[in-house]
Amino acid sequence: MARLTLTDIKKSFGETQVLKGISLDVQDGEFLSLVGASGCGKSTLLRIISGLEAADSGRIEIDGVAVDQATPKARNVALVFQDYALYPHMSVAQNMAMPLVMGRLPMRARLPGAKWLTPGHAQTRRDIAAKVQQVAEQLRIAHLLDRRPAALSGGQRQRVALGRALVRDPSLFLMDEPLSNLDAKLRVEVRREIVELHRKSGLTFVYVTHDQVEAMTMSDRVALLQEGHLLQVGPPGTLYGDPASVDVARFIGSPEINLLPVRAAGQGLQLAGQVLPVASGQPAGRDMMLGIRPEAMRLAGTDGAGGPAFELEVLRHGVEDLGGELVVHGALAHAPDMTLRLRVQKGPDAAVPLHLPERFTAEVPMAALLLFGADGQRVALGQGAAAPVEVPA
Amino acid sequence: MSDLTHTPAVSLSDRIMGALSRVTPGRIIVTLLLLLGAWLMVFPFLWMLSSSLKPTSEVFDSDFTLWPKTFAGWQNYYDVLVTQPYLRYLTNSMIVCVGILVVQLATAVPAAYALAKLKFRGSTILLGTVIACLTVPINVTSIPIYLGLVKAGLLDTYLSMMFPFLVSVFAIFLFRQFFRAYPDSIIQAARVDGFTEIEIVLRLILPAAVPAAAAFSVFSFVSHWNDLYWPLIVVQSQEKMTATLSMMQYRSTFDINYGRTFAAATVVTVPMLLVFLFARRAFVRGITMSGVKG
Repeated sequence: MARLTLTDIKKSFGETQVLKGISLDVQDGEFLSLVGASGCGKSTLLRIISGLEAADSGRIEIDGVAVDQATPKARNVALVFQDYALYPHMSVAQNMAMPLVMGRLPMRARLPGAKWLTPGHAQTRRDIAAKVQQVAEQLRIAHLLDRRPAALSGGQRQRVALGRALVRDPSLFLMDEPLSNLDAKLRVEVRREIVELHRKSGLTFVYVTHDQVEAMTMSDRVALLQEGHLLQVGPPGTLYGDPASVDVARFIGSPEINLLPVRAAGQGLQLAGQVLPVASGQPAGRDMMLGIRPEAMRLAGTDGAGGPAFELEVLRHGVEDLGGELVVHGALAHAPDMTLRLRVQKGPDAAVPLHLPERFTAEVPMAALLLFGADGQRVALGQGAAAPVEVPA
Repeated sequence: MSDLTHTPAVSLSDRIMGALSRVTPGRIIVTLLLLLGAWLMVFPFLWMLSSSLKPTSEVFDSDFTLWPKTFAGWQNYYDVLVTQPYLRYLTNSMIVCVGILVVQLATAVPAAYALAKLKFRGSTILLGTVIACLTVPINVTSIPIYLGLVKAGLLDTYLSMMFPFLVSVFAIFLFRQFFRAYPDSIIQAARVDGFTEIEIVLRLILPAAVPAAAAFSVFSFVSHWNDLYWPLIVVQSQEKMTATLSMMQYRSTFDINYGRTFAAATVVTVPMLLVFLFARRAFVRGITMSGVKG
């Protein structure tokens, strides 16, 4: 149980600055995901938290105590690696016992053969074995304790790695893309198990992933990193529904958000000749970006939530049938260079036509619009719809 | 071929015909060349064996026969094994070889780990120095080392016999290449788990390095067992004589007893031949490892 505070962490490798001043507060018992594209610095940040790497500047505190100079062992953090990093020549039981052996036995009692030479530590050894057994049962790997890692499947190795991290009762539980080596089906399963583990243990989790689905489904809060900057930290719903900038909006959500260049025009927004009845509250002539989630749009004529909406004429390019839903790729009818993606439900009530016409009308509810300034920062929308919809002939 | 032998339908004559059909002129030439090569390798040993059974007068007889005309084998081997303290020589060789090997491993493994896995200022230069040292032959350093040993009064001791070989640059390089392939994440996991760097070497790296260590051990053992040059320089008394060096004592200014010298050579070669037979795999792996993983 611990609270983690990072203050202005900076790190460079040679000329490249990987982390450009990260400040972050992780609450006691929280599940925080560090998410970002590969190379954004999230793994480096995790390694700095763990103590494997030293930051160039900044402060790391665990429960208010500065640990910048402390070794990984002294920080009492557990780290689960992407490739599990099990000790290949040791059995599962030995693998899991290692953090406790290193933590509780003095150096001379850890030497080979010391088991018989230092009988004074027999009780400690029994405690360690009992703890390993208990954690193994909790993770349902007790029957594997005598095996070597090479004789385990990917999912089992993953559990052993979790077990090795758990036995020591760490203050912080750090995970570096622990699911990326598992196949898709197993990933969903282990994902749920990790969430369950977090709930039961009540430990503070910091979870690094490049997979936004993992970040969204597992965490209490998500921290989005890009090129060494922390773009936004917040609950998954906030990052999705209320992104601070266009980069956040682009990263979170699949398929990617539609971004259309618009210009403030009197009472609305001008989109390639069409004036949308959206009050931006911005001076006329200012260039902006309008973000529309693919899943926020619906086909005109299908049922959907009420509320004010406007319509866009769309040319169909291609359709991906995902079974329960369709992903439609297209472009604005009167501006073919502006591509659009739509994700529509195909349920029995939704009445999606089997063959989408070449040209169709999409409905965009006003409530789902996200507006960004030219600098990429979020711009608050003005209240209410103003002008009626003007669709060019 | 195993599937062939397991098929009862194929008769013996068919198999002979099948084997014959694979005999092509190219194969014949290749086989002859290989035979020639093998003969070149084996002949000195045969010659050694043959000469060890002959009296000196016959060794250089222009009329060479593999089996001696006058059989002096008993006499030669009796002189080598019984009239001189042969066991003493063997023990000396053993002490020197094992001593060298132990210190070599104890120094090379940590050094190689540091060069392969630790980031520190000057590591590249250090590695360059190590590689450069590979090119320095012992003959260059032997005079200063010898003078040093004389000054320290250490001549004719086991230490002086081992001294130039205690740190093997070749071993450092071999192990470094081997350790580089060890996954970083396991080492980091160990650091998080509270291993000290020494324990990482002892508990993780060393068990993984057993094949490399075995290969190197055979290398080191054989080469120091066979070493004649350095013992010849620093050994003065019979007590400290190694087995290989003992061959030289049948030589005087006036006369060399070649028959006995060859008998001694045979006796010295046999232990290493046995080592090679048992450790052949490690030996071959060592050669391929140092070559391939560069």
